Amino acid sequence: MKPTTFREISGTSAGYYSLLGLLALLVASGLGAAYYMEHNGHWVTGMNNQIVWGMPHVFAVFLIVAASGALNVASMASVFGKTAYKPLSRLSGLLAITLLVGGLTVLVLDLGRPDRLIVAMTYYNFKSIFAWNIILYNGFLVIVAAYLFTMMSRAANKHSTKAGFVAFLWRLTLTTGTGSIFGFIVARQAYDAAIMAPMFIVFSFAFGLAIFLLVLFAGFRWTGRPLGDYLVNRLQRLLGLFVAASLFFVVVFHLTNLYATEHHEVEHFILAGNNVYSGLFWVGYVLLGSLAPLAICYLAPFRASVGWATTASVLVIGGGLAMMYVIIIGGQAFPLQLFPGMEVSSSFNDGVINPYNPSVPEILLGIGGFSLALAMAMVAIKIMRFLPLSLSNAETDPHFTAEER
Amino acid sequence: MNPQERKQDDNQIDTYRRRLLGGGAALAGAATLGPGVFFTSVARAKPDDQPVSSEVRWGFLIDTNKCADNCNDCVTACEKENGWGSGSADEQHSRPDQKAQWIRKVTVRDKRTDHSMSLPMMCQHCAHPPCVDVCPTGASMKRADGIVLVDKHICIGCRYCMMACPYKARSFVHEDLEHQREYAPRGKGTVESCNLCVHRVDKDEIPACAEACEEKAILFGNLNDANSEIARRLASEPSTEIRGDLRLDLGVRYQGI
Repeated sequence: MKPTTFREISGTSAGYYSLLGLLALLVASGLGAAYYMEHNGHWVTGMNNQIVWGMPHVFAVFLIVAASGALNVASMASVFGKTAYKPLSRLSGLLAITLLVGGLTVLVLDLGRPDRLIVAMTYYNFKSIFAWNIILYNGFLVIVAAYLFTMMSRAANKHSTKAGFVAFLWRLTLTTGTGSIFGFIVARQAYDAAIMAPMFIVFSFAFGLAIFLLVLFAGFRWTGRPLGDYLVNRLQRLLGLFVAASLFFVVVFHLTNLYATEHHEVEHFILAGNNVYSGLFWVGYVLLGSLAPLAICYLAPFRASVGWATTASVLVIGGGLAMMYVIIIGGQAFPLQLFPGMEVSSSFNDGVINPYNPSVPEILLGIGGFSLALAMAMVAIKIMRFLPLSLSNAETDPHFTAEER
Repeated sequence: MNPQERKQDDNQIDTYRRRLLGGGAALAGAATLGPGVFFTSVARAKPDDQPVSSEVRWGFLIDTNKCADNCNDCVTACEKENGWGSGSADEQHSRPDQKAQWIRKVTVRDKRTDHSMSLPMMCQHCAHPPCVDVCPTGASMKRADGIVLVDKHICIGCRYCMMACPYKARSFVHEDLEHQREYAPRGKGTVESCNLCVHRVDKDEIPACAEACEEKAILFGNLNDANSEIARRLASEPSTEIRGDLRLDLGVRYQGI
């Protein structure tokens, strides 16, 4: 393997500016939507006193989870010694930062009082997992930035393995914190499970890698840089592994719940209800978001193909968003069990499936966060050296000279 | 005696004076009503210049046998007292599922026996409140006397407390408000809930819902005072906590469920 040469992309083409312009437009619509929702109040959204976290949280949690997962490629190289991934480490760190910034932007702009962000930064209740997360998120940005510095600065390069290790531990903690937002909620039938933390970590591997692959493929194809099938094949199989692991955790989570009679109602609601959540679970997450990409990643006809790996990544992202919708919205739609086994009714939606119709501004805000993450990455690869000049087999395959794969 | 000691001493004298006056008033009240008849247990609230004490734990005992299905008096009284729902001209834009409800009547029916009952549901003022645990800024808080409430100044509107509350006791304000009670501030983008009429309790008055209930189904008092009516009844009669399995040690207890 030759040492990798990193180079800024020229970023002067009409295509580059068109895409950046489109993303800027989507970011602006997201900001406009946020202003509209904050100015009027949340009555203009589909959210209510039952579904208190809506579409913005679906996007925000997805992006935050994906952010920690995007760092995984770098961790594979620095912590687990998979040198084939080393040329990808910079892009991996970059996306980890931009995705987190995108997700946090959505989260903050959906607060009832986003103007009180300074309060959130200065008043801490250390028993709150949210408070820990504020520290974990900010810490992640600093640590990954430092990690990137060790990768990109010749003088600091000797510290990159240590920095990578710290970043890896931090990202595991961060996703544990994100999963625990739901895992720690004892009141709701759909949450309150320790497995949610590790499940979110495995989700992050899959979601983060899927977004990483899309950016990598787009960046290489549109700049005409060579991308060998050795790396594509490895990344494709890695994605398959993460998708399989995610599915495994989801199966165990639901099997455990199905064993306990007290959870039968909520499991029936999510898995076999005549509602959008069951549809999103089976068709969105299991079929399109897991089984289809698994087939693409592991079956011979689809192997080592940028086109198929792109398809698989898009499916994993779609399935991930579907899963977030099922967990976040579905978990709130199922009524709280005030009197287990009894039938309850009230003027406050007790005992009924809580309705939720996502509004356009909520979706625009979510897409705006996504676009912000991608736009930041696009600008960064133009002004700094994040992308390798080549990822041909000669650059990445350790056995290239001995045996052409 | 330095000024601080003198102040403390004065405060103590104030306390003695209040106790004496409070006791005297209670005695006079009891004498007027007849022996053994109290409308409410005597609430010994803290003087304004002293912090609340954990020696007091405020709570409700709600007798669902006395709570009529079609009666909404406690809800209406709370709306009027705290300026929400029918007690306010605000929240005109919000959909019904977005409007605040600090207290609501819940009908509970046993599917097997068809037995049904009605009860008021509000913040249960847990000793271990999940809303306080999850609040990132500490806006969701519990006073030393057991009252759980929201500091509207540092609530960022993240709604995590609403996710965490097992009783759906909290509401989010979905729009601008104009008509607020000075003692019950509310605000767009923040979360609110029953605060046990803390402004009344601090003035030795009882919460509006308890006062409005003609059937006397809602008894308010100090759970820590063995001589209070609520403590005596809890000691001698059966009562339950809703979702007692969560072991949150509720300030609100129910009878007849």
